[in-house]
Amino acid sequence: MEILHFDIAAPTPATGTRAMALVGVVASGNLEVLLERSDVSDRCVIEVTTAAHGFRDLWDAVTADFVARRAAGGLRIAINDGGARPDTVSLRLAQGVRMIEEPEA
Amino acid sequence: MRQWNTRKTLREERIAAGGAFATGKTIDPARLVDFLEAVLRPSDRVCIEGDNQKQADVLARGLAAVDPARIHDLHMVQSGVVLPEHLDIFETGIAKRLDFSYSGPQSARIAKMLFGGKIELGAIHTYLELFARYFVDLTPQVALIAAVSADRHGNLYTGPNTEDTPTVVEATSFGSGLVIAQVGEIVDTLPRVDIPGDQVHFVLDAGRPFYVEPLFTRDPAAMTETQILTAMLAIKGLYEPYGVRRLNHGIGFNTAAIELLLPTYGEKLGLKGKICTHWALNPHPTLIPAIEAGWVEQVHCFGSEVGMEDYLAARPDIFFTGPDGSLRSNRAFSQTAGLYACDMFIGSTLQIDLAGHSSTITANRIAGFGGAPNMGSDARGRRHPSAPWLQAGAEADPDTAAPLRRGRKLVVQIGETFGEGNAPLFVEKLGALELAEKLDLDLAPIMVYADDTTHIVTEEGIANLLLCRTADEREQAIRGVAGFTEIGRGRDTAMVERLRARKIIQRPEDLGIDPLDANRNMLAARSIKDLMLASGGLYRPPSRFRNW
Repeated sequence: MEILHFDIAAPTPATGTRAMALVGVVASGNLEVLLERSDVSDRCVIEVTTAAHGFRDLWDAVTADFVARRAAGGLRIAINDGGARPDTVSLRLAQGVRMIEEPEA
Repeated sequence: MRQWNTRKTLREERIAAGGAFATGKTIDPARLVDFLEAVLRPSDRVCIEGDNQKQADVLARGLAAVDPARIHDLHMVQSGVVLPEHLDIFETGIAKRLDFSYSGPQSARIAKMLFGGKIELGAIHTYLELFARYFVDLTPQVALIAAVSADRHGNLYTGPNTEDTPTVVEATSFGSGLVIAQVGEIVDTLPRVDIPGDQVHFVLDAGRPFYVEPLFTRDPAAMTETQILTAMLAIKGLYEPYGVRRLNHGIGFNTAAIELLLPTYGEKLGLKGKICTHWALNPHPTLIPAIEAGWVEQVHCFGSEVGMEDYLAARPDIFFTGPDGSLRSNRAFSQTAGLYACDMFIGSTLQIDLAGHSSTITANRIAGFGGAPNMGSDARGRRHPSAPWLQAGAEADPDTAAPLRRGRKLVVQIGETFGEGNAPLFVEKLGALELAEKLDLDLAPIMVYADDTTHIVTEEGIANLLLCRTADEREQAIRGVAGFTEIGRGRDTAMVERLRARKIIQRPEDLGIDPLDANRNMLAARSIKDLMLASGGLYRPPSRFRNW
């Protein structure tokens, strides 16, 4: 397992009141994303636990793109990665933000 | 005095020699190897059928068992190198030279044997190209073909999987060669005659059907959200604006997702009757929901597909069928249809370079081309106009006066930026080039050339290469849809934004598509079982796809 930390300046804070959101599953080629609120609304903190070693550059690019394009400010995100492709990572992160911004059911 | 009938004389000698192991045209199954040793000569040009689906498997096994001391150095000219026996004969020296089109299941072994010098390679062809050479400089002297059944006169019934047989027989039989057919049974009356008996010289009753491979069945349960997103982009960003009615789809998951989105997403966009009405296509099970919903007017098929036979027979308004009711496929005609009468080819590939060349060849796999280069190329001999063809031509060449401007076929590569095992779709240098260097080939085996490719679709968006005016624009258009691959991360961001302003690159949001809407609920069928139900029980999936 490789553990990667990212702490990124986030231009847009996440809205909504939901405390947490969980999307995806831990499976080969997939990943599980847990999103929680933090106190720092202009930062996004992401911790990745991945079975695939040596892809730090790729995670750098994917997380930076995510924070630039989505409302990721004030989120603390934990990722359990089963070797997902970057497009799947981007999709799950976007789904996670949509879910945490939704009103509670 | 010159003899003008040496070929026919040789055929008569072969027929006489083979007759020792046959009764009339019927070969004694116990003496198949003796028979083949009697009719073959060293260095003969031989076609084993060898299609991409059906296989003359019993004849192939017989050929692999002949004595290499007697029969050797054969020149194999066959479209598909599919069975292990097709390569075994090169290990033993029975065969020496190979001209072929497709080698799907044998792609790793054929690569190893080419590197090891076991095979003398003629060329890797497209199907139409190899068929063309059957009539010019690669006419088979002996053809080993496969049919469903024969009658006592040697008439053949090929059933739904007619595929290459008429082409192979035409060239061989009228070129004074010998035609030997393997059949599942010999009957008194055939359901229909696909090959006339006077073109067939010997028949082997194999006692069981020929081997056939289901190649075109894509399980909707395995379709990913990213593939669905690429399918939505293609429908909204290409099929709709160009009004594509006549087309061919490749066999990948992205295009299967398009087929399954027609009755749902396509319906919502109001595109029924405006796109996807006429096809050159194998009978993809994933097309069933669109056919049932009334989207499709006509389909001509290269081959058949295992399990689709009853469904095809029950839909004769859509498919080409014989007097017996079953499908009649024909690879040569359908390839011609795909080349000349379709306005779009859309398919997947393994590698795309910065110019837009694409290839399925990697360092240790030589899969061949099959028909993709025929579909995926602009037909320079085309002369009839159609709206999509004219529109694409105008985009590529706005300055030429319309009456003298060629149209363009839409040739689209669709895929995710990362493929199996996280391999990037976009590369600096194609594996095909490395292969050409290693084997000292005159030509790199390129599947679709850059100058034929008009669009690339990935989850990041659509690149329209027709609108690019310089090599630099083209490179940045490709980088601009290459996602997080190294090629994609190496983009000139400012230039990519300028290309986006000119609609050379279109993002999902530019087309009004929210990537988060791409989910499996949009598929008209979410499993093989759904496909079976959509067909009213007429589609009978092979057991390996039955997981309920």
